[in-house]
Amino acid sequence: MSATGIAVEQHKDYIGAKIGMWLFLFTELLLFGGMFLLYSVYRSKHPAEFHNAAAELDTIVGTLNTIILLTSSLTMALSIAAIHRGNKRLCMILLAITIVLGTCFLVNKYFEWGAKFSHGIYPNSEYLLSFEKGEILFFGLYFTMTGLHGLHVLVGIIVLTVMLTKIINRPHRGVVFEGVGMEKLQGAHLAVLGERDERVWESEAIDETVRSVAISFKYLPVGKRIRVEEYANLETSGLYWHLVDIIWIFLFPLFYLIT
Amino acid sequence: MGNRAIAEHAPAAGFYEEKGRFSGLFAWIFSTDHKRIGLLYMISILILFSVGVVFGFLMRLELVSPGKTIMEPQTYNSIFTLHGVIMIFLFIIPGLPAAFGNFFLPIQIGARDVAFPRLNLLSWWLYISGVVFALLALFTGSGPPDTGWTFYAPYSTQTGTNVSLAVFAAFILGFSSILTGLNFVTTIHRLRAPGMSWFRMPLFPWSLYATGWVQLLATPIIGITLLLVIFERLFGVGVFDPLKGGDPILYQHLFWIYSHPAVYIMILPAMGVISEIIPVHAHRTIFGYRFIAYSSLAIAGLGSLVWGHHMFVSGQSYTADVVFSLLTFLVAIPSAIKVFNWVSTLYKGSIVMETPLLYALSFIFLFSIGGLSGLMQGALSVNVHIHDTAFIVGHFHYVMFGGTGFGFFGALHHWFPKMFGRMYNKTHSRIAWFFLFVGFNMLYFPMFILGWMGMPRRYYDYLPQFHTWHLMSTIGSWILISGLILMFANLIRSLRKGERVGSDPWGGSTLEWSISSPPPKENFEEIPRIDHGPYEFKGASKE
Repeated sequence: MSATGIAVEQHKDYIGAKIGMWLFLFTELLLFGGMFLLYSVYRSKHPAEFHNAAAELDTIVGTLNTIILLTSSLTMALSIAAIHRGNKRLCMILLAITIVLGTCFLVNKYFEWGAKFSHGIYPNSEYLLSFEKGEILFFGLYFTMTGLHGLHVLVGIIVLTVMLTKIINRPHRGVVFEGVGMEKLQGAHLAVLGERDERVWESEAIDETVRSVAISFKYLPVGKRIRVEEYANLETSGLYWHLVDIIWIFLFPLFYLIT
Repeated sequence: MGNRAIAEHAPAAGFYEEKGRFSGLFAWIFSTDHKRIGLLYMISILILFSVGVVFGFLMRLELVSPGKTIMEPQTYNSIFTLHGVIMIFLFIIPGLPAAFGNFFLPIQIGARDVAFPRLNLLSWWLYISGVVFALLALFTGSGPPDTGWTFYAPYSTQTGTNVSLAVFAAFILGFSSILTGLNFVTTIHRLRAPGMSWFRMPLFPWSLYATGWVQLLATPIIGITLLLVIFERLFGVGVFDPLKGGDPILYQHLFWIYSHPAVYIMILPAMGVISEIIPVHAHRTIFGYRFIAYSSLAIAGLGSLVWGHHMFVSGQSYTADVVFSLLTFLVAIPSAIKVFNWVSTLYKGSIVMETPLLYALSFIFLFSIGGLSGLMQGALSVNVHIHDTAFIVGHFHYVMFGGTGFGFFGALHHWFPKMFGRMYNKTHSRIAWFFLFVGFNMLYFPMFILGWMGMPRRYYDYLPQFHTWHLMSTIGSWILISGLILMFANLIRSLRKGERVGSDPWGGSTLEWSISSPPPKENFEEIPRIDHGPYEFKGASKE
């Protein structure tokens, strides 16, 4: 019972957190897997109509979006590499670029969908219903799959923004010293060591006449220092971002390049 | 029970007394303690179970005689849908893992909590929001859903009733289930006590591990399927609508890709519970430990590949029929391995017929009937004859209620003294078991006969020649419900009035019996070091 004085463990399991994220990514893959299954069945039923319908999509915008998303994955990975090296500034810049690229992707998607809508192509529209069945299915799947993917991009952007604010507002590292019994200090010296272990300051020897020892530090945060959990969290967020990217890598050829 | 032990644990309040940031109800609903979350789940699940029982009771009452008895056909359709949705999504899928798994998994592997305590609390909150949406679906919109718990397209995408909200509720519940599975798998990988190798782990965690993987890998498929039903209803996307080229059979495939493995989400933890109860009450180490552990994984693996046996008459290809039928027969092998090992464990054991063992034995009996009737359905020619008849209803109630339900009650009686520090009235609990067992068989066995005679499932009315068996079944439901009432009354009364127990009232050997009852807040003052297997009874004695 913790009331009796057993310290509650504050230990965090970063490997466990990563396992958890990977398991979550499996579920995401299977979520999209269900739709890829529908896609493959319907495409094998209506190959020609899928081919025709895909010609309606703008390959240039699609390619542009692919480049944007791939680059964002690169900056994401670089941002993690930067935080590993303790370079907070660079990490934040790269993370911000990732977020901006993700937003660009969504803006492009918005215009792309908007163009389709203005041509009267949207689920259940009269114009779409006049198409062949395979084409209706193609657009049904297109809107569902890219829509759900867009939602994931949006969630990813939110997660990364939260990470960015956390890193910006990084709290100073608190240092906790275990209490040391006076009897253990008997006959010892207290010393402050410099970078090369040279003694900057040394106390007199502590004997029975000393009743208590108090030490106070003034802690000056250094811009570089990042807590380990921040890069563990950033890494797991990065995993999610790469998943969003990899799903797009499959969506892009299946919808844009099958003409 | 030794007096010494009782004195030792005199103010046996354990984690219940723990003061946290909040008090009163908030100390529970915002607690990240796995034991509190387990109990939260248990209370919510049992309340919903009672609601499901009431709907089942009403259905049976309607069928007591041909023609209209107490309700309109449309009401009947809604009631069987709600009975199914509540029992499947709100009781039996979360049942054992979320209630008992949360409470006992960390203790049994020697951990202080699960890997992600806050995520654990979130999954309970998601469960509750799922419940709220399911209830909203009843009272808002244009009438409660009437599709059956399967939400088959194209009916579900076209009916005017409030399907979207009910489907959304199921989606949220699925998310809650995924998070529980994710948490348990990570917990088992990361938090086993030092020395607890995989094969020193008790069999309940083993079954939860297999279940966790099924929850993780199968549930997203139902997630997307249900989302597609919502998209279909809201935007008319067309993926399941034949007019727009869609194929409703694909809905069935996607639905059963999850929902058949879900059957194993339901039964595997119950099998784990039985593997705990039997060695403890036979005072003998489990027979074939590794086989039982591996068979859980085999059931999880094979069980994920048999969904097509729900669709033998849907017009899928004959090749698919044959393959699915073969795989279905294969699942019987690991299931039978478990049954044989349990029976072998009893052989030459020092059996004490406590109530949990009665439930475990009835599990074996009822599950065997359920499983063997499942094989009959897995045979293609027989399936055509009994497809969509009451035979199916009998079968899955024998497996789900006779299996998982009785496993749940067994777990309740086995771990009750550990969870609450008090023992229930054993005589009353045996009487309740007797009513449950007799009532159960009288309620569901006639369904096999009815189905064989040609009584379709989900029908509001029937021909006069079916009357005798329907009558018998309805009377069985009354006996069953009396048993349930007696059981719950006994347990609830014992929460306050029961005799206090020490840490090990049954003489069990797994870790939960080594700590006080109820367990202290952090479970273990010092994380134990494990140097032997879970079921070594040498030296273990009742306290």
